[in-house]
Amino acid sequence: MKLGGRNDLDTVSFYGVMIVLSAICVVLLIAPTLIVLIVSFTSGFSLKFPPPGYSLRWYAALIDAWQLHFAALNSLKIALWTTAISIVLGVAAALGIARSKSWTAKVLDSLFMSPLVLPALAFGLSALMLFSVVGLPVSPLTLVIGHTIVCVPYVIRTSVAALAQLDPVLLESSASLGAGRLYSFRRVTLPLIRPGILAGGFIAFMSSFDNVPVSLFLRDARTDMLPIRMWQDLEGKLDVTIAAVSGVLIVFTVAMMILMERVAGLSRRLR
Amino acid sequence: MASTTAPSLPAVTAYELKLAWPLGAFFIVFFVAPLILLFIVSLYTDTSMTHFGLTQYAKFLLDPFSLKVLGSTLWLGVEVTALCLLLGFPLAYVYLRVPGWAQGVLMLIVLLPLLTSVVVRTFAWIVILGRQGIVNTALIELGLIDSPLRLLYTEGGVVVALAQVQMPLMVLPLITALSRIDTNLSDASAVLGAGAWRTFFKVTLPLTLPGIIAGCLLTYAAALSAFITQTLVGGGQMLFMPMYLYQQASTLNNWPFAAAISFIFLVAVLAVITIFNMLGKISQGYANA
Repeated sequence: MKLGGRNDLDTVSFYGVMIVLSAICVVLLIAPTLIVLIVSFTSGFSLKFPPPGYSLRWYAALIDAWQLHFAALNSLKIALWTTAISIVLGVAAALGIARSKSWTAKVLDSLFMSPLVLPALAFGLSALMLFSVVGLPVSPLTLVIGHTIVCVPYVIRTSVAALAQLDPVLLESSASLGAGRLYSFRRVTLPLIRPGILAGGFIAFMSSFDNVPVSLFLRDARTDMLPIRMWQDLEGKLDVTIAAVSGVLIVFTVAMMILMERVAGLSRRLR
Repeated sequence: MASTTAPSLPAVTAYELKLAWPLGAFFIVFFVAPLILLFIVSLYTDTSMTHFGLTQYAKFLLDPFSLKVLGSTLWLGVEVTALCLLLGFPLAYVYLRVPGWAQGVLMLIVLLPLLTSVVVRTFAWIVILGRQGIVNTALIELGLIDSPLRLLYTEGGVVVALAQVQMPLMVLPLITALSRIDTNLSDASAVLGAGAWRTFFKVTLPLTLPGIIAGCLLTYAAALSAFITQTLVGGGQMLFMPMYLYQQASTLNNWPFAAAISFIFLVAVLAVITIFNMLGKISQGYANA
């Protein structure tokens, strides 16, 4: 760590401060998740920490929580449709803009990325206004459209990054060996950018499954969504069942993350 | 497939821009058009939407309460971003100086909050900061306080919770920026007699400026519109722009005013983004010089 420097107060204090601050950061990042997991196994009726005893009663209570089942199933369906559409439209768009230096491609790129930084709640409200002007009632369809707008940027970002690393020589050789463009795409481009697409699709899925600001305006009672159901439950009363739902979601997320890290090198593609 | 006159080389290595048009059309219909409509709706003077005028904007910009909501939202973003930078920079710095297995563990710790549901993460803070939460329990057992402190529904609580929720957005660009720095530069600085602090502030920090600005931009934008965390940890006492516009649109059905709030919010966020981008351009030149 230290190279040719003076081992004095200066160096010690610098690394001391860096290590203490990063340790605080690690605790801040991990503690909430661990605490929720521990509380979800409480035997009591409150969110007291540490819990008075441990049991699986709140997980058992989940089995009968049909409202949560219904919302979870809706969220899952919407997230799958959103991911599928985001991948098809997003990968095509990424192919179009990745290597283009044209002005149009730059404008399109900024347009496609803007949902990442603009307040999603404002977009949700404006989408609701559009659908009511056009006379399209809120439905799973409007939800999928809204979610696609806010989730497709992730697919584009990881696909463009994967395409940037694709050596054009490979496509030239493929073409010189007589492969048509479609064949080259299927046999050369697609296999090489697949990890990027997978990583982007995974993030798009997670962010659709977790979306609140867009769903808030574009759903109705028939399309209750899990994060909104949980949010409303939490606003009303601090229900321990939510801790059990959170526990399930955390385990699911960690499992998916490890899988995607193996399959698609997730962490490299998020930077 | 390509036109016959086009040179063959770009035709095989590049894909045509027209592949981007299906999504382009989708964005124009479902993203650009709604935002234009939002602006039009904000120009109605009455809730039944019959007359045009700038009343909604005047109502917001001349109302101390609305201006206070806007101000506290923008300030909240500054506080969260500052805390994320203060804690996130050291973590990114340490990440690049630990062995490979530790990097894997740290990356998992950084990514986990990014992918865990926001409601779950926010819920965790309710458990931690609540009257029977871990902070109050610890303080009482240590004998530092007699009765539980009110930590939930305070601004400090919202800032800390949001910092945790948005931290990955800060740490990831910082890791990228720090990993690009030539380590010889800090070694050279050390050899020339600069201490660790001096090297950090004179060499490392200026060279990471583009990454810092990218991280701050993402964190700031996300903190402003973090509806769930703001409402659940902030409670009813603190009102920020997202809840303000949701109340007007949903509970009060005042669409023109909600649209005006949205538009002012969008413009404020865009202004901040523009400033960050300008700073980014300047710092890029600085870092590459």
